[in-house]
Amino acid sequence: MKQTGVFDNPYYKSLTRNLIPTVIVVSFSPMILVCLVILYHFQASYSEKVNAHLKELVLKHKQDIDTFLAEETSDLEMLAKTFGISRLSDAGFLEKELFVLQNGYRGAFVDLGLINADGQLISYAGPFKLGRADYSDSDWFQQAIHKDIFISDVFLGLRGLPHFIISVKKEFKGRPWLLRATIDFVSFNNLVENIRIGETGFALIINRKNEFQTNPRVNFSLGRAMYDRFLDDTNRDNDGVQIFTHKHRPGKEFIYVSAFLKNGEWLLVYRQNTSDAFSIIRRVQNLAVLILVIGSIGIVTMAVLFSRRIVGFVARADKEKEMMNQQMIETGKLASIGELASGVAHEINNPVAIMVEEAGWIQDLLEDESFARSENLDEFDRALNQIRTQGKRCKEITHKLLSFARKTEAANQKIDIGELIREIVDLAHQRTKYSKVSIETAISNALPCIAASRTELQQILLNLINNAIDAMEAAGGTVKVSCRFVLDHIHIQVSDNGPGIPESNLSRIFDPFFTTKPVGKGTGLGLSICYGIARKMGGTIEVSSDLNQGTTFEVRIPV
Amino acid sequence: MIDANVLLVDDEQDFVQTMVKRLKKRNLTINYAHSGQEALDHLADNKGVEVVILDIKMPGMGGEEALQHIKQKHPLVEVIMLTGHATVASGIEGMKLGAFDYLTKPCELDVLLAKVDEAATKKRRHEEKIVEARIREITSRRV
Repeated sequence: MKQTGVFDNPYYKSLTRNLIPTVIVVSFSPMILVCLVILYHFQASYSEKVNAHLKELVLKHKQDIDTFLAEETSDLEMLAKTFGISRLSDAGFLEKELFVLQNGYRGAFVDLGLINADGQLISYAGPFKLGRADYSDSDWFQQAIHKDIFISDVFLGLRGLPHFIISVKKEFKGRPWLLRATIDFVSFNNLVENIRIGETGFALIINRKNEFQTNPRVNFSLGRAMYDRFLDDTNRDNDGVQIFTHKHRPGKEFIYVSAFLKNGEWLLVYRQNTSDAFSIIRRVQNLAVLILVIGSIGIVTMAVLFSRRIVGFVARADKEKEMMNQQMIETGKLASIGELASGVAHEINNPVAIMVEEAGWIQDLLEDESFARSENLDEFDRALNQIRTQGKRCKEITHKLLSFARKTEAANQKIDIGELIREIVDLAHQRTKYSKVSIETAISNALPCIAASRTELQQILLNLINNAIDAMEAAGGTVKVSCRFVLDHIHIQVSDNGPGIPESNLSRIFDPFFTTKPVGKGTGLGLSICYGIARKMGGTIEVSSDLNQGTTFEVRIPV
Repeated sequence: MIDANVLLVDDEQDFVQTMVKRLKKRNLTINYAHSGQEALDHLADNKGVEVVILDIKMPGMGGEEALQHIKQKHPLVEVIMLTGHATVASGIEGMKLGAFDYLTKPCELDVLLAKVDEAATKKRRHEEKIVEARIREITSRRV
């Protein structure tokens, strides 16, 4: 059966249409489910990892900055405690100490200055020419004069550059003095600027007034609401680190990590674009989508191929079923005709017997002397003989009918099929002696013996050979009888090169009483009987014929 | 040709009539019955019947059953089965039950006559042998 033929049929078309989505859904569901579960778990664990990493980073930098400030402060404290006001008032001494601090330590000090209680700069060492600057009105001075140690916010001051100072208070003769150092803003800024991850990650420091204490890399401002959120301590962990994501607008989502510095006066804020922070997740997502797409194409292709194949199988099975049904109908038809035939045959025999006997009785009477002189005696004789002959013919027909319908099994015996064919061909040769028909045989040597009824096999072969001879009796020709063993079947072919059988007759050729022979020549039962016998043996009989080319009958019998 | 005493049993009256006429014309003593029971009654009343021609398919008591009764009550009477079935199997079945032979309908009268002749001869020989055996028995007793 051709595949295309199957899919032209609306039933198989709709079956394929229904099967394809089912196969796709069944195949897709587990794949998508597995992908989603894996992706979900990967996302969760990776997010956790990224968050932990960012927290760690911010915590480490918070500690670094705090340590930096503590170191600078303690350096200054040490200087103030070690030396008296008179020494510190000496600008030359301060110059020397600044040099030591800048070279011996981390060197973040820009300058050093000593300021008296009135806010006047007494001595100064550093790059600026500040002279006797007066800081009495400065915010930082107002705060620093009351604290032992003070670290200011970043401001521009007299020098007009961003900087912040650390001051240490020292009592001398009952009056407070301030030893003040300016911290190099660039080196401090670098401490924060170093925190860079990915393409969008950066850090900055703000004070409690939401003012920048470092210079952010990008144009950045924190709204009030955002700032308040940082001040909310409820979701800070034990290390004082807070992490949250905030969506500013669709497609602009940031992850914020913050921690307080300098005893809660400054806030270190780290910000990174979420898509940048979780770029690996996106890459994995893209990879998953790619795999899904390739998988989908594969599944759809397989679903189509698979469905078409299944439908092909179904169609073939349907066709076989249909053929079997037809054979069942055929067998049933033959069986019922057989039963009918046996009844008819039996009932007909009695009236025919009476007719024949009556004819016989007339013949008996004609033998009387009074009739012996009748001039029509010969005609009477001829007519009565005819009645007797036709009676016999009736009997033959009914005998054939009965043998066709007979249910008793003929006994099976081991048969050398080659020998049987030769015997029958010899028999048939008697018939062909005076006609233009010749018989050829092609019998394979390696034929196994089969268990079958000898008479039944003879009946099949004789019928087929006789039919072939009948078909060619007028014009002459050749009957070929061949026999070979194929797989586990014996194939017997009887072919002729006679006039062939018209296609309209081919389908009826095995029907009982179907005959094309002239009236009185054939009963139409021969091939029906052959068909019945072949089926009973578990075999088949098939016919193929071409007009004016010839006809071939093939009998296949299982071994 | 011997003048056998024949009983023809068949439910087809027309067949019986013609057959009786034809057989009588051939000097046979011929009687007839239309059923198995009628045949058994006739045999009970007339001891001279030598051969029974018995149809197999009859209403009421069929040929096979009638054959069994005949063989039981009149073992020397020979029976020729006549069958419309024309099957070897039904004929063989009859032979097993003790029938002399079987013929299929319609049959040639000559064939039937030959069979009747054979059957009657067999029966007479059989009887002769029995008579001889009895005579031998009686004479041996006298000795």
